[in-house]
Amino acid sequence: MTGNTNKNTGSHPFIELKDLSKHFGDFVAVDTVNLQIGRGELFSILGASGCGKTTLLRMMAGFETPTSGRIFIDGVDVTDQAPYQRPVNMMFQSYAIFPHMTVEKNVAYGLEKDRVSKGEIKTRVSEILELVQLTRFSKRKPNQLSGGERQRVALARALVKRPKVLLLDEPLAALDKKLREHTQFELMNIQDELGITFVVVTHDQEEAMILSSRIAVMEKGRFEQVGTPKEVYEYPDNRFVADFIGTINMFEGTVETAGDGSISVASDEAGAPLTGLTDRIMENGVKVCIAVRPEKIFISQHEPENQEDTCLPGVVEDLGYFGNLSLYRIRLDSGKIVQVSAQNRRRSAERFLEWDDRVFISWPPRSAIVLTE
Amino acid sequence: MSAGTDKGRDMLWQRFTVAIPYIWLLIFFLAPFAIILKISTADPIIAQPPFTPTFDDGGALLATADNYKFLLTDKLYIITYLKSVSMAATATILCLLLGFPMAYGIARAGSAARSILLLLVILPFWISFLLRVYAWMGLLNNHGVINNFLMWLGIIDAPLQLIYTDFAIYIGLVYSYLPFMILPLYAILERMDLDLVDAALDLGARPSQAFWDVTWPLARPGVIAGCLLVFIPAMGEYVIPYLLGGPEALMIGRVLFDEFFVNRDWPLASSVAIVLLMMLVVPIVFLQRSQAKDAGGAA
Repeated sequence: MTGNTNKNTGSHPFIELKDLSKHFGDFVAVDTVNLQIGRGELFSILGASGCGKTTLLRMMAGFETPTSGRIFIDGVDVTDQAPYQRPVNMMFQSYAIFPHMTVEKNVAYGLEKDRVSKGEIKTRVSEILELVQLTRFSKRKPNQLSGGERQRVALARALVKRPKVLLLDEPLAALDKKLREHTQFELMNIQDELGITFVVVTHDQEEAMILSSRIAVMEKGRFEQVGTPKEVYEYPDNRFVADFIGTINMFEGTVETAGDGSISVASDEAGAPLTGLTDRIMENGVKVCIAVRPEKIFISQHEPENQEDTCLPGVVEDLGYFGNLSLYRIRLDSGKIVQVSAQNRRRSAERFLEWDDRVFISWPPRSAIVLTE
Repeated sequence: MSAGTDKGRDMLWQRFTVAIPYIWLLIFFLAPFAIILKISTADPIIAQPPFTPTFDDGGALLATADNYKFLLTDKLYIITYLKSVSMAATATILCLLLGFPMAYGIARAGSAARSILLLLVILPFWISFLLRVYAWMGLLNNHGVINNFLMWLGIIDAPLQLIYTDFAIYIGLVYSYLPFMILPLYAILERMDLDLVDAALDLGARPSQAFWDVTWPLARPGVIAGCLLVFIPAMGEYVIPYLLGGPEALMIGRVLFDEFFVNRDWPLASSVAIVLLMMLVVPIVFLQRSQAKDAGGAA
């Protein structure tokens, strides 16, 4: 997938946020955020509602004035520019299509405000309508369009001005699941074709994972981690990111022995020492968390022979059969519930696990994530 | 069988409820209108009632159009009609100029402030209209609050002639009818999606352009409703020009009153009323057309 390649290779960042903050009275919506986005990136800001992501986007568009900090786009400080002066266009979550104008008029509006010649407006509008496959709807009023068609009008209207940056606020949230999957890829193709830098705000982690070249995970006005989808999923920086992205099992404990890039952690929750790999130098007695994704855990009725792997005994508390995979909730002897997912690769090769079966769950040390924060 | 009669009764009941507004309009609007129309075609006589019958004893039609001819030939009435239109139109425009920013401000205020501001707009209705106009007399009088205050400040030496002028009528009209402009405008501005204005700004419109391109056209139904709600009653206003206006302030409502109660010329007064009604029907039809158009656009 083209969207997943990291295009942040330029020497100077295309968009740069420096110590950006926004306060509403006592409430800190955005707290000293620093960010660099490369030209042509499809960058996502991911977070739960109220984390400040929309405020951040609105500051980039110029609708909110930062309390402190600067915003640079293509090397130019745009912090004090009004929205209509910025080389940025936005696709609103509500789409904000002008209800009293036809599709064509909506798309042409931005060009008219820029005093582009009539002939050029005509060509550019029909070009962009073709790109989003809306040519036959050009004379329609917005209330005669479906949700997906409106979304494409909003996209066309924002793209027709050929902005340096396109800001998208929850671009797919209003679409149903099927249309959403289709539109995701369409968005990526359009982005690839036009080479415009996209900044997407979303609360949907799946959307962020599929679309983005990089993701910033945001919480309480701060970035918890910025990285490629693979980095934030496989190598989360802290407990929040690990827990926020996907499902994860976390075992709290203290370092018992450390050395040679590997640590052994004593955890009451696990009931047995856990092994993790880390480059960081750790003192004995330090509180850490060992985290393991459900799909990285093996489940078996027989104790595995490999002595290096972490192995914990437990009982099947609950299971769900999803066809391609099964989800298990395993109760360890300590009482801790561990989630495990396993692909159903074979058909009845061995007996399926059932409720209350005694099982062993295990994972190799390299699958364990060591978290200190 | 019993279900059948129940159904029949339901149908009857349904028809009755639908008929209520029609019956209401028939009794309280169409019938009085017919009576006034009938009187307007009669001649005044000194009798009880003070007008000639429509048919004589033999059943021959006695109706005349003399009153209407008189209205069209006498300059006084034409000038009064025109003056009423111009005063009502001016008051409407003033209400729009004042009301739009107020409605906009209320619609954009925080929810707590919004209810207080709306309450303040509606509050004057809790006091009788007549009392409020009398209060303005007290304010505008030669020895009223405004003149006394200005003289106390030393800005003027002699009282300004405020009351019994066109200025006083405008104050009365704008003051009395401003809420009728603000409320429909507020209703439409309040539910307008703020993102639309942001979108216009984002696409390169300056704030003033965004207003004229987006806010104003979308507020149009509210503007039309507000203007009609102010213009129509202002046009026939009697109390305000009578109490605040000078003797030469001939608004049609006042002429109407004088013809009825001073001159006791019921037929002429009736024809004045019919012509006024016809003049008001035009903007009402305009309103209905524009509403039908908006509804058609939304379908």
